[in-house]
Amino acid sequence: MTDTLETPADRTTRTGRPASYDGERRAPGVVADTWNVMTRELRPVLREPASVLFAMVQPLVFLALFAPLLPDTGAFGGSALQWFVPGIIAMTALMGASMTGSNLTLEIGTGSHERLLVSPLSRSSLLVGRALKEVVPMLAQAVLIVAVVTPFSFDLHLGGVLVGLAVLALFSVGVGALSFSLAVVSAGQDWIFWTVQQTLVFPLLLLAGVLLPLDGAPGWLRLAADLNPLGYIIEAERALFAGDLALDTLGAGVLSAALVAALGLAVGLRTMRRAS
Amino acid sequence: MDPIIRTTSLTRTFTRHGQTVEAVRGLDLTIEAGELVAFLGPNGAGKSTTLKMLTTLLAPTSGTAEVAGHDVVREPRAVRRALGYVGQGNAAAHQQRGRDEVVSQARAHGLSRREAAARADELLEAFGLAEHARRPVSTLSGGQRRRLDVAIGLVHRPPLMFLDEPSTGLDPQNRVNLQEQVVRLHRELGTTVVLTTHYLEEADAIADRVVVVDHGTVIADDTAARLKSGLGDLVSLRLASPADAARAAERAARLEGASVEVARDRVDVRVAHGRDLAPGLVTDLAAAGTPAVGIEVHGATLDDVFLHLTGRSLRETQTTTATSTPSTDGAAA
Repeated sequence: MTDTLETPADRTTRTGRPASYDGERRAPGVVADTWNVMTRELRPVLREPASVLFAMVQPLVFLALFAPLLPDTGAFGGSALQWFVPGIIAMTALMGASMTGSNLTLEIGTGSHERLLVSPLSRSSLLVGRALKEVVPMLAQAVLIVAVVTPFSFDLHLGGVLVGLAVLALFSVGVGALSFSLAVVSAGQDWIFWTVQQTLVFPLLLLAGVLLPLDGAPGWLRLAADLNPLGYIIEAERALFAGDLALDTLGAGVLSAALVAALGLAVGLRTMRRAS
Repeated sequence: MDPIIRTTSLTRTFTRHGQTVEAVRGLDLTIEAGELVAFLGPNGAGKSTTLKMLTTLLAPTSGTAEVAGHDVVREPRAVRRALGYVGQGNAAAHQQRGRDEVVSQARAHGLSRREAAARADELLEAFGLAEHARRPVSTLSGGQRRRLDVAIGLVHRPPLMFLDEPSTGLDPQNRVNLQEQVVRLHRELGTTVVLTTHYLEEADAIADRVVVVDHGTVIADDTAARLKSGLGDLVSLRLASPADAARAAERAARLEGASVEVARDRVDVRVAHGRDLAPGLVTDLAAAGTPAVGIEVHGATLDDVFLHLTGRSLRETQTTTATSTPSTDGAAA
């Protein structure tokens, strides 16, 4: 195929427009930049909404094939599903957010990240925008999971669920920022990114008691679990999803999520500054 | 008017495996608004490192650089607003659609939603990408992607455009198309263009000014025509015998500024305006009883210039064969 190039130059001079756009306007602020980065990241998802459904397969497999094995313990209003669902939603949040950097690894490899670095977008918006992006599919997935399980032995406490999702959103931003940093440090070599991501995600999930309660765990395991912020978040989620707004559990969960968010953003901004 | 680019002792070093490598060494360079400048040099000469410092992607180890009146370290954002950039990779992410990326870049430069959409459509139309712009970038051909890169770089009508190895990996036809595009951008909008290339023909064909870079320093900086004429044309004569060749070499050496080499029955004369002097030389040799039996005249190429300056040929460092060959005028006398 023969592609001919026609310069945009002739038409721009004909319309008599000024030579440059930038002289005449203010630079967008950080909020506008962040919104731009986030919506840019979301666009392929919105163009291909089915991709959110594919990401749902894993939590649904756990719900269908693992939840029935759990005994009805009687905690949090009784059913095993009531205990299991908040953990599974937290799992999808962690999975999604920890993959924030995968897109970035691709874009570092192909060159579009470099283009963004030379654009006037602020460095912090590139980080926060990408980290925020994962919140949207996470919310969509949470709504779908809750919708699927509500007809079964799951009591919906809407207020608690909404607060719970807000806490998870905060946690997601932190994990997303850490994943972003990991991608920058891996410098476009995906295998480093995936190895570290996979190595960290599963221990975090198991030590947070997503699949089985840690009540009967030996001392060393208990200690490791106590150091895992996700554990406190999941305890808070379970209480919230059961409609229990007890302050101590909720406080510990919110604090853990806030700590992860603060740590993620601090590490992310530092990584970004050092890389350029 | 102040120059659009000014660097002072610009230096960048890298540390690899405990060794310090000086990628760019004390670069002093001034580029005026409206120039079309090519940085020419082999891979690893420091061309891209220089471009990365000028586009705020890489901080200088020492020295300063001002681009469009702003210091690249102290005011990176002002520099980024002023320049358009086409990097070695693709500007548009492969999982995105082309038009979305143009719009998003326009929004990053502060265009309103409506202006961004209008500008994107205008550019996509101008670059012949309108019907491909709603497909994922990964499905576009290499030439289409490269045009999209340039469109994205032009979205805010920058007064200054940087292109890093823009034609690497393109087939000859797309390469020529891209070069024409760059030349028209420069000619019609007066955009200052700075590009890096390791294609001799590219620098020769489009640049007003060629900055030859090797081992992190500028080794020559002039128009391609002056660089080449400074070196002179090569007049190669073949004679009937090595004895004739030796005598012919003596006569040829009388030409002003000529450097002469003899190899068996061949005499190579490198001299300014050699193609004009060759007929006289041939007549002179015939009159002296040592007639030339063959003659070839080669105009100097930028590769000859590079070879003369460094003792190495730039072609040896190239992996891709260029399309055109140096002109060969002259025939048997």
